[in-house]
Amino acid sequence: MSRPVAAFLRAASAVALFGVALSASAAVEIQWWHSMSGKLGDKVNEIAAKFNASQADYKVTPVYKGQYDESMAAAIAAYRAGNPPQIVQVFEVGTATMMAAKGAVKPVYQLMAESGEKFDPKAFVGAVYGYYSDTQGRLLSMPFNSSSQVLYINDDAFRKAGLDPAKPPKTWPEVGEAAAKLKASGASCAFTTGWQGWVQLESFSAWHNVPFATQENGFGGLGTRMEFNGPLQVKHIATLGDWSKKGLFTYAGRKDEPLAKFTSGDCAMITTSSGSYSNIKANAKFNWRVARLPYWADVAGAPQNTIIGGATLWVLTQKDPAVYKGIAKFFTFLSSTDIQADWHQSTGYVPITNAAYELTKSQGFYDKNPGFDIAIGELNNKPPTANSKGVRFGNFVEIRNINDEELEQVWNGQKTAKQALDEAVRRDNEQLERFQKANQ
Amino acid sequence: MDDRAVFRSRWLPYALIAPQIAITLVFFFWPAAQALYQSVLVQDVFGTRTEFVWFDNFRTLWNDPLYLRSFRVTAVFSLLVAVIGLAIALLLAVFADRIVKGAAVYKTLLIWPYAVAAAVAGVLWLFLLSPSIGIVTFWLRQLGVNWNYYLNGGQALTLIVVAAVWKQISYNFLFFLAGLQSIPKSMIEAAAIDGAGPMRRFWTIIFPLLSPTTFFLLVVNIVYAFFDTFAIVDATTQGGPGQATQILVYKVFQAGMQALDLSGSAAQSVVLMLIVIALTVIQFRYVERKVHY
Repeated sequence: MSRPVAAFLRAASAVALFGVALSASAAVEIQWWHSMSGKLGDKVNEIAAKFNASQADYKVTPVYKGQYDESMAAAIAAYRAGNPPQIVQVFEVGTATMMAAKGAVKPVYQLMAESGEKFDPKAFVGAVYGYYSDTQGRLLSMPFNSSSQVLYINDDAFRKAGLDPAKPPKTWPEVGEAAAKLKASGASCAFTTGWQGWVQLESFSAWHNVPFATQENGFGGLGTRMEFNGPLQVKHIATLGDWSKKGLFTYAGRKDEPLAKFTSGDCAMITTSSGSYSNIKANAKFNWRVARLPYWADVAGAPQNTIIGGATLWVLTQKDPAVYKGIAKFFTFLSSTDIQADWHQSTGYVPITNAAYELTKSQGFYDKNPGFDIAIGELNNKPPTANSKGVRFGNFVEIRNINDEELEQVWNGQKTAKQALDEAVRRDNEQLERFQKANQ
Repeated sequence: MDDRAVFRSRWLPYALIAPQIAITLVFFFWPAAQALYQSVLVQDVFGTRTEFVWFDNFRTLWNDPLYLRSFRVTAVFSLLVAVIGLAIALLLAVFADRIVKGAAVYKTLLIWPYAVAAAVAGVLWLFLLSPSIGIVTFWLRQLGVNWNYYLNGGQALTLIVVAAVWKQISYNFLFFLAGLQSIPKSMIEAAAIDGAGPMRRFWTIIFPLLSPTTFFLLVVNIVYAFFDTFAIVDATTQGGPGQATQILVYKVFQAGMQALDLSGSAAQSVVLMLIVIALTVIQFRYVERKVHY
């Protein structure tokens, strides 16, 4: 070996060693796998950067891992391979799967207690806290981004149809009347809905205080079975099916696809996630407003309260428990009022702590952004009942797929509402049984 | 006719094929074995509890009318893709074969779509035909056609067939063109002198001589439609509406990655594996034997 080469190699190995030593003495890394793309992703990076700047012992590294189902599958695969991330953001649909994975996840209440972090369950908004806690009321995952369902209307289209946008339809029959007028005025699409299974079945049932499934919608245990083929749900889906036939309701996709038809001005009304607020604000070239989710006035006690969607942060079991302390510190930081209020205001997700809501209100934010507090108002409308706490099912991703498939066959007239909901319940129950079998 | 190379060393041939064998073992046999093993288990998603259940997962599949329906959808889809894809490619190849001027340009353009990834092809057609943002949708609506494949199963199937065919035509075209060029010109000229018109020449001479190529392409196209069209479906219809475009390979993905039912998904992929083995056997037994020019 020639002299310069040997010298170079020595220098290089010294640098390499030095580098290793440096990173070993530096902060403990906390990997945070998430599904927040675009502006939301920037905000996630900003939160992590703020935390990293606030202390020197731990370093949170956010990693975008694709959409919700993708990042969840990636985290599970990583766990099975023995190399899980510390924190993974899991959507509400994956909650039961994560909860059943005892040994694979570290419950948040336990994490906070063991690390000696101050943690007050009452600080959280009830509807959010309840959705993610076990039967004993202990929080299992850290609430992060939650949304609910609202009605958005196109003011300009309403005026053109001779309707008063200041009085948006409150009940489903009023939605039907408005849709008929909108159609008569030449609107190519009067009404559409995003996330149909979530809005028109899950939250619909809670909003009317009727059960979606047995055992408190799945909160009571793995033996839960679907029962959303009740008379009210059948009536509602049949009504929408009828509107689809008459051209009052335009089906435009299972998830977020219909939103584009509202922001383009094509559809005059849409029921979808409150988290779409900032997207509509950025893209709609017409006057619009947010209204409460419609309900059936002939149902006693309606409206009850809506349920949430969105995601929470789950802690996966680590080989080296030293990192738990850092995760707990990060969660304390994350749920602090400033961070939460800023997250709420810049994204449109509902505030998940009461303090963040109060702060936002006292700042006059809701006066400047009318309709921004409708979702949180719906969630807090009444104290949640067994029917409106939320829904919790194993194999939920597949269950949503099944419900989508069956609903589509109502919209295109292949099945009646009763047939489709009966079949959806039957197929969903197969999934629930399979989940029960695998987890007992 | 002994023109084979003879290795003097005993181990050299094995050493030379070792890398290929290693890759095959690691990337094909090992996952296949894993799928076989997984298909007889029931497991929670994190793999903490495992139960051996023999053939329960397969029994569940056969008892599921929707899985059997997916076979029908896949069969219809594959046949449409293969037949339409072959017909258009053959037509293009016959024309390209006759062209004297600028042949290279036409050929290059026709081969181009093959370089496009399936997912990109799906997105491309999505932008053209999406019910909410598609430009072609907009034109169709002005013509009074209500294009909404989220609702209309026939339209959804049409969309994925068109996208899948478009991507596969190039491949078929290449093989047909090579086949056409290997047909001796003297035979065609002799037929022409005997008074056979172009149609007659095509059906009695060219088409029969192309039949080994056609049969080979038929098998390849069916395999393509069965296994390589996942990305197109995922990018456009996601199996809907209802289960109108729920093809087998998409069901494997849905069961494994969305329903997180690894065992059920493994059972489905074992079924698919059997199908591809059967198709390969057919190809080797009948096609390889008949490819003589």
